Amino acid sequence: MAIEVEVRLPTVLRQHAGGQASVQANGETIGAIFEDLLRQFPLLKGQLLDDDGSIHKFINVYRNDDDVRYLEKLDTTVGADDVISILPAVAGG
Amino acid sequence: MLRLTDATYIDMVAHALDDLPNEACGLVAALPGTDKIDRIYRCRNAADSSRLYEVEPLDHLKADRDAEGRGLEIVGVYHSHTHTDAYPSPTDVNQAPDPSWHYVLVSLKDPEPVVRSYRIVDGAITEEPVELERR
Repeated sequence: MAIEVEVRLPTVLRQHAGGQASVQANGETIGAIFEDLLRQFPLLKGQLLDDDGSIHKFINVYRNDDDVRYLEKLDTTVGADDVISILPAVAGG
Repeated sequence: MLRLTDATYIDMVAHALDDLPNEACGLVAALPGTDKIDRIYRCRNAADSSRLYEVEPLDHLKADRDAEGRGLEIVGVYHSHTHTDAYPSPTDVNQAPDPSWHYVLVSLKDPEPVVRSYRIVDGAITEEPVELERR
């Protein structure tokens, strides 16, 4: 059975998702949710994943309060009550 | 234009001094649609460096949620330059995450701290005035 979760988008990505701050996506892992997001919002292509298929280095992805890089990355599982948040990685010199 | 209250200005400069010898970094929040910074969020520098900064991702998440709970939104980032001018470095430009953001620099190069703010859009840097307000 498909699980639908809330995905919160940062301002910089909303323009690629019809201006929405929060969208619904289906999937039981972060990777599956990203696939669904790209299906719904093709303009997000190149924003979520690096060329090698891993989570883009310019974003951070959270399952509730946890950075998924410290969980199972794209294989991190997601339940119906989870909220996925995407924020830009903020760095410089 | 970036409007700062004197309290947020002082807090930002104090954070830059507190985190020496490392660069300090944090996020700035405003009422949506305004350029008046209502609150700053000190964040940990995950790069732990005097030359680089990386806003600790969990601090960013907490700041984002807190801002939302107050009806604010994160509209920019500040960080310190410990030995160089208050001007975005090539690394700052390459990694600027959001063209709608304010990029605030606090330089500690000279005895008197210098605070400046910029817009960075498609790699082009434009300085914007910083206005201080008493409250």
